[in-house]
Amino acid sequence: MKNLTRRTILTAAPALAFGSPLLATRSARAAKQYGPGVTDTEIKVGNTGPYSGPLSNASPIPISMAAYFKMINDEGGINGRKINFISYDDGYSPPKTVEMTRKLVESDQVLFTSGQLGTPTNSAIWHYMNEKKVPQLFVSTGATKWDDPKGHPWTMGFFVSYQAEGRIYAAYILQNKPDAKIGVLYQNDDFGKDYLKGLVDGLGDKAASMIKVKDSYETTDATVDSQIVELKAAGCDVLVTIAIPKFGAQAIRKVAEIAWKPLHILNGIASSVGVTLKPAGLENAKGIITDNSFKDATDPQWQNDAGYKWWVSFMDKYYPAGDKTDSQNVYGQSIAATTVQMLKQCGDELTRENVMKQAANLQDLELPMLLPGIAINTSPTNFAPIRQAQMRRFDGERYVPFGPVLTGAIG
Amino acid sequence: MTTPHQDTTLFAPAGQALGARRAALLTTRHWVWAGVLAVAVVLPFVFQGFVVFQLTEVMIYGLAILGLNLLTGFNGQFSVGHGAFYGLGAYVTAILMQRYGVAYYWTVPAAGGVCFAVGALFGLPALRLQGLYLALATFALAVALPQLLKFHGLEDWTGGVQGIVVDQPDVPGFLPIDTDQWLYYFTLAVVLAMFAGAANLVKSRTGRAIMAIRDHPIAAAAMGVNEPLYKTLTFGVSALYTGVAGALGALAVQFVAPDSFSLFLSINFLVGLILGGMGSLPGCLFGGLFVLYVPNIAESVSRGLAGAIYGVIMLLVIFVMPSGAAGFTRLAFAYVSRWRNR
Repeated sequence: MKNLTRRTILTAAPALAFGSPLLATRSARAAKQYGPGVTDTEIKVGNTGPYSGPLSNASPIPISMAAYFKMINDEGGINGRKINFISYDDGYSPPKTVEMTRKLVESDQVLFTSGQLGTPTNSAIWHYMNEKKVPQLFVSTGATKWDDPKGHPWTMGFFVSYQAEGRIYAAYILQNKPDAKIGVLYQNDDFGKDYLKGLVDGLGDKAASMIKVKDSYETTDATVDSQIVELKAAGCDVLVTIAIPKFGAQAIRKVAEIAWKPLHILNGIASSVGVTLKPAGLENAKGIITDNSFKDATDPQWQNDAGYKWWVSFMDKYYPAGDKTDSQNVYGQSIAATTVQMLKQCGDELTRENVMKQAANLQDLELPMLLPGIAINTSPTNFAPIRQAQMRRFDGERYVPFGPVLTGAIG
Repeated sequence: MTTPHQDTTLFAPAGQALGARRAALLTTRHWVWAGVLAVAVVLPFVFQGFVVFQLTEVMIYGLAILGLNLLTGFNGQFSVGHGAFYGLGAYVTAILMQRYGVAYYWTVPAAGGVCFAVGALFGLPALRLQGLYLALATFALAVALPQLLKFHGLEDWTGGVQGIVVDQPDVPGFLPIDTDQWLYYFTLAVVLAMFAGAANLVKSRTGRAIMAIRDHPIAAAAMGVNEPLYKTLTFGVSALYTGVAGALGALAVQFVAPDSFSLFLSINFLVGLILGGMGSLPGCLFGGLFVLYVPNIAESVSRGLAGAIYGVIMLLVIFVMPSGAAGFTRLAFAYVSRWRNR
């Protein structure tokens, strides 16, 4: 009965029960090889995102992805095939992600998924996708674990991972302040520890001697004041803050309050001018150093940049309701563009195996909204598409990029 | 609480040939249930894997709602925090399986036991709280759980924000079915046993005491019902049911994380309870169906208005079936039998 029920239905008659069109067409022609969800005119791509629930403010990522695919379709698609982007709401609830992803894979029969959002949500389907051998590509999360070609060969990350960012900061410190006395303030959970590991790995042998104090806070703490005072008292001259925006702002304000002038490095997700620096006081935030891989859409220096201008025209035409100061619209468009490049490389061999092969074969892909000098590169042993970032310093009004593009390689 | 309770009203004395009618009705009912069971057994061979998974989830949510129903529908104590017991049950299973290598089927009773203990303990202070105040206390429970799971002192056990990936239960070798089907039957068996237990409980002396407390606590006390004892026990049993559902949920989803057990889960149970029918056992399964499928339906109609459409559907259900699906079925039954007897 096993074969009669599940497998056969899956491969031969996917649509019988649920009225979706018959798709698992296996072409007889030798040149074309189709996996599930592919026909001569269509490629089905799946996605889940938090359109409702606690993280619904992140929904611009899948929405701007859909907008980009619509643009590609309007321009004729990829090799004559339109992208059918099926995105379901999972409310940021892992059980719902499992349900919806299984619907995508088993009922809608998508070729692969792209840009699924959230760390716990992607974790919930991690094993399922790898067991089913369905590519789970360019997941929208910063966790480091998605770069695991050996253990999970069907899953691939996208963003600079937390560990890679930690390594980038280490590289910067080693180059610019080799005799630094580093104090670290980090959030005591997987996110904070992921970062810290990157920093320690990046400093290599010198980690033990350079890092004077590692102080942590809980997300339930009221303030981080005592930690900041302690770090100053320990004589640190470099402060690395690994925090979410609320505590990042507290740290910046307290540092200014006690008239401490360390080199203050702030992690990327807490670096937003509006969310972190304004509450902390822009004057207090002067001199803060952080990194970024993308062009900041609010930064006037890109006004005449070709990539930025293209992005604005894309947003105007395909997602006019979208907020152009929200960097998530940059992320979504970039993920979608990477997906399209991968599909172009696949040619007419649109099988799940080839999708994975081409996803791991992206070379020097430059995107309109990536910083100049930063490109997407993957290989069979590198499942982290973006590994580079550039440092930038806050001048009291906006961030000014400086220095070379840095890579999060293990030092 | 003046919720009409189950079955008994259906067989309310209506004529002289009561015994015969009752027997006839009982057989009809038995046939109906046998039919439902037969359909339930066949379903996994009709649908593909993910639908089987959805149906498994419906049963699991139905069981969780049954737990809440025992407390709220039968005993009149409100809980807005049963998602916490569901989460606790799920974590007991995940931790026992992944950390201590316990076989999955043993973790289900273990989860039930832990939740019974925690539920009964929580029920003790809850004795002093009535109605809305109790609802608020349980609300606190639901708010606290996700944070507690992330607490770093417990992180070695809970896996923190990352949660725990649960291994797929193995299908017994002699059965020619796949994991989804096996999980479905395993869940079906547990759910049937639990529903049978609940049906017996509410029909027993204990059940009558539980309902008497709901209907008139003072009269119940005057009749010699030990109110604190029964209330505490009901809290424990209710948590046990929901905890077992959580354990099954962990096996079905194969992943637990704090974000899986947000406050919204508790609210969903409450919605399922009220729409299914307070004080009805089969109504719980309707509640499970509603909780799982209606958000999907709402999203398929319009993503932007999904929340609003969900609300409209909920309002419609409440207007059409003011006493829940169970009350609606009961009315329909009564109408048909009156029409036949004319």
